Amino acid sequence: MTAATKEHEPNGAYGPMRRKEDARFIRGCGTFVDDIQLPGMLHGAILRSPLAHARITSIDTLAAEGHPKVKAVITGQTLAELGLAWMPTMSQDVQAVLATDKVRFQGQEVAFVVAEDRYAARDALELIDVSYEPLPPVVDAHRALDPDAPLIRDDIAGQTDNRIFDWAAGDRARTDEIFAAADVTVAQDMLYPRVHPAPLETCGTIADMDKVSGKLTVWSTSQAPHAHRTLYALVTGLPEHKIRIISPDIGGGFGNKVGIYPGYICAIVGSILTGKPVKWMEDRSENLMSTSFARDYHMHGEIAATKEGKILGLRVKVLADHGAFNGAAQPTKFPAGFFGVFTGSYDLRTAHCEITGVYTNKAPGGVAYSCSFRVTEAVYLVERMVDVLARELGIDPAELRMKNLLRPAQFPYTSATGWEYDSGDYPRALRLAMDIAGYPELRREQAEQRARPGPQPGHPGTLMGIGMSFFTEAVGAGPRAHMDILGLGMADGADLRVHPTGKAVLAISVQTQGQGHETTFAQIVAQELGISPDDVEVVHGDTDRTPFGLGTYGSRSTPVSGAATAVVARKVRERARIVAAAMLEAAAEDLEWADGRWQVRGDPDKGKNIAEIAMAAHSGLELPDGVEGHLDATTVYNPPNLTYPFGAYICVVDVDPGTGRVRVRRFIAVDDCGVRINPMIVEGQVHGGLADGLGMALMQVIAFDPEGNCLGGSFMDYLLPTSMECPSWELGTTVTPSPHHPIGAKGVGESATVGSPAAVVNAVIDALAPYGVRHADMPLTPAAVWRAIQGRPLRSDLAIT
Amino acid sequence: MQVPAHFEYEKATSVEHCLALLAKFGPESRVLAGGHSLIPMMKLRLAQPETLIDINDLTELGYLRVSDGELRMGALTRHAELLSSPVAGEHFPILHDAERVIADPIVRNRGTIGGSLCQADPSEDLSAAFAAVRAIMVIQGGAGTRTVPAREFHLGPYETVVESDELLTEIRVPILPGSGSAYEKVERRAGDWPVGAAGAALWLDGDTITEVGIGLAAVGAAHFSAAEAEDALRGEPATDDSFTRAGQIAAEHCRPISDQRGPADYKRHLAAELTVRALRRARGRVRGGKG
Ligand SMILES: Cc1cc2nc3c(=O)[nH]c(=O)nc-3n(C[C@H](O)[C@H](O)[C@H](O)COP(=O)(O)OP(=O)(O)OC[C@H]3O[C@@H](n4cnc5c(N)ncnc54)[C@H](O)[C@@H]3O)c2cc1C
Repeated sequence: MTAATKEHEPNGAYGPMRRKEDARFIRGCGTFVDDIQLPGMLHGAILRSPLAHARITSIDTLAAEGHPKVKAVITGQTLAELGLAWMPTMSQDVQAVLATDKVRFQGQEVAFVVAEDRYAARDALELIDVSYEPLPPVVDAHRALDPDAPLIRDDIAGQTDNRIFDWAAGDRARTDEIFAAADVTVAQDMLYPRVHPAPLETCGTIADMDKVSGKLTVWSTSQAPHAHRTLYALVTGLPEHKIRIISPDIGGGFGNKVGIYPGYICAIVGSILTGKPVKWMEDRSENLMSTSFARDYHMHGEIAATKEGKILGLRVKVLADHGAFNGAAQPTKFPAGFFGVFTGSYDLRTAHCEITGVYTNKAPGGVAYSCSFRVTEAVYLVERMVDVLARELGIDPAELRMKNLLRPAQFPYTSATGWEYDSGDYPRALRLAMDIAGYPELRREQAEQRARPGPQPGHPGTLMGIGMSFFTEAVGAGPRAHMDILGLGMADGADLRVHPTGKAVLAISVQTQGQGHETTFAQIVAQELGISPDDVEVVHGDTDRTPFGLGTYGSRSTPVSGAATAVVARKVRERARIVAAAMLEAAAEDLEWADGRWQVRGDPDKGKNIAEIAMAAHSGLELPDGVEGHLDATTVYNPPNLTYPFGAYICVVDVDPGTGRVRVRRFIAVDDCGVRINPMIVEGQVHGGLADGLGMALMQVIAFDPEGNCLGGSFMDYLLPTSMECPSWELGTTVTPSPHHPIGAKGVGESATVGSPAAVVNAVIDALAPYGVRHADMPLTPAAVWRAIQGRPLRSDLAIT
Repeated sequence: MQVPAHFEYEKATSVEHCLALLAKFGPESRVLAGGHSLIPMMKLRLAQPETLIDINDLTELGYLRVSDGELRMGALTRHAELLSSPVAGEHFPILHDAERVIADPIVRNRGTIGGSLCQADPSEDLSAAFAAVRAIMVIQGGAGTRTVPAREFHLGPYETVVESDELLTEIRVPILPGSGSAYEKVERRAGDWPVGAAGAALWLDGDTITEVGIGLAAVGAAHFSAAEAEDALRGEPATDDSFTRAGQIAAEHCRPISDQRGPADYKRHLAAELTVRALRRARGRVRGGKG
């Protein structure tokens, strides 16, 4: 075994270690934004539009201002005077902070009240009188580009329709040729409906402008504190060094807490106006109705193959509903996120996709909810299409996948749309999943069941379905030559200090929302320095104490900041080598790193560990060239490529055709995310993602009625799965290290959310095969399943009528 | 955070005290039982009572016993208490079936059966279950006590015969021999309200149906019940064919509305399908099956 591969072996500090942060969480001692009470703190509340599309004719705030506990009432006009009525979005659009001209979605921010307590703030909202002149809303994305569709964004000079962008990838002419000549082509429309990340902790902020120092401190539920600081500087004109963002403990993000919301800006303005700290915490309905949603991709897929089942090409047209403002948070050059990886895990000669983004009268967003910048949509599309093709050809979906998966020898592989997959052994992962599932036995059981008479009306009885998906993720954005957000390249810094006694403090820019950074990042440092993870403190979530970086989303923490951490630890280790050489009176080149210390090659008795070296580095010892003193180091990591985790998922369901109910009987998930730093945390991430994916497949959706009313504005309407719906997950692991990542790791935070919905849907559709059902859109609620059986499928983006 | 509008709070120490408080604070006051319906509505400011009268200290309303040939339950009996009561389960398995699928353990630990009935949500499971077993509601006011059959208790969505100065105190279910009962519900997720639900209670003499009760929730059935289907079953043999016919009649007579839980045609289908399933399971139980 070579030294290089040895570093990829889980040993030393890697392994299933309990999370350090849980000591405070399980005692209820976490500190979330809403736990923070500052002296003299005031409370904000937002008045929201009841209408989806309307012109504001007047706002009367007099009565609210007269409320004895109200300190300030802010409207769009107040903000316009400060130049803050609009803010830039992360997709080169602007979004209203408080509406000045029109409201463009139900729940849009109209006014902000600052009061002595949150009760009074809410009471005062009822005293504000807004007159609206209703306008016809655009609710159905398919009507957004109709010639007579109402123009939503009349605020943008030159905008004459509701089109946001047209974007394409792949070779259209070549794809058309392949399709024209193929034995078999199949087409299928499918909708990945609007869903919401719905973190248990809603979004919120406390803004505190210190009148004396002019320093603004913002406690915020932010997945990306540094990006927020820069954005605030750009939006408000405050000097960036006078802004401090603190992200304390965060109760889930899933992409919901990447961007900045109008309430944050209002709280800052409120603090400037009142001279007091202002807290604003949104409630559940505000979170579901107004903050970043995800998906809303109306897709038309076509797949071409030989009659033997060799897949030749994939062609996709997407209508992307971005809501009223294009607020998707994604790298600048990627208006459709990373949807371009829609060729998935297969060896396709050609592919082409075209995507049209449109405005509708719905809340803005588009990229959130563990989607890896729309890889979720891409995986769902290709994995449904492969199943549709399997049905058409009468080939088992597992066999069809096995036949077309990329082979290990093809890596690194450049896809038909130009993505360079770093590493993979796909057939091994699929075989493992099929072994765990007992795939042939499952198919046998299904065949036997189908040979018997099916369930009769009035009798409970079920149909078994088996579904699979094979996904390839593209995470770890990203190489700064291609990827930036608001012009900020997606590289991350890391600082590592080593105290004289050898205890270390790592400062990073990424922000855990439950991913366990305080543990895994300590493990990386510990592994590189031969110390205990308990001796490494991870500092994060405070822009005054951490180096710049773009934050945690798109499964980028381990691929980018994890790499930065390994690199900075290696820098420290190299310094330590020079100091150790001086201590051991040997040449640095004669030392080797073994068993967690520097020792003289061939003389293992002569060695020094990091604690000994650190003390020496801080002592009076004459230090050789190359070390100024101490061991501290700093780095910035610019990832050379994305990492491409992958996995094979198999789902077994039982569907009751008399009621349409789906029970997930088993779910097998084999994930390959390269080297696992902490397998227990990886499994936790996978469990959470599987529950999310099952939820999306079976129950989560935000639909709108013809007036544009949001029909998913509470947890009674927007359903999250519980343990009752989740089977006991059966996990499997393969390890294919990333060749370009310093420790061979790939991201895993979103893998299961990306990979699982297609497996569940494929399983349900498989169960319904006896009824001739070829497709039904998520969520597959009992009603949706029953309607699919009746041949009258529901449209899940609109109100059920 | 969702916060309610301003309200006053009073704690009742006895039924009489409660009635006095209700009389004193008038129609803008509301009784607070488990609070699992009322408090969410107040937080959403859909309800803005001026005064809450907390009855949670009225332990005299928290009981479950058999007397005078009836199962008698105090209005403050918690869902969880009904669910764990062997005597309720022995006589009316329908109540356990229903409780098992009402909300989640947290709601069931606090929510009361009286509160559920008084809330009068058109999707309330217990309203259907008590309609099926023909329960009798005991209502107390300043002028005394009156009883009302379950099927006359609800006046419409969120509206009951309980006046603003009255209190529901007890629910009684007559125990008659030869019975079996069951409840069937389809929900989108554990803890969700029903998309559609049906409960059935059957009394058999040999194979002949001597009496039957069918309760329906969430499908727009008048009085949470299917009287026409019951009429069609009485005196008939307890066969799958009779049940199927009854299911069809039940479906024809309900008036479900489409919402995000499902379209009206699906709910109507459920009314039929679940009625048949509940009847079949109830029949199995008359014959000694646990099912
Ligand atoms: C998450 C969740 C899920 C739920 N799921 C279901 C479900 O699946 N199926 C289902 O059927 N229900 C469901 N419920 C409803 C739940 O069962 C009822 O909300 C609850 O039990 C009502 O009882 P309560 O004691 O909490 O009533 P409260 O909220 O205290 O009161 C409800 C109403 O009844 C009045 N009231 C209460 N007691 C009396 C009395 N003795 N006399 C006169 N008036 C009275 C109150 O003034 C109020 O108007 C759910 C509730 C929640 C929160």
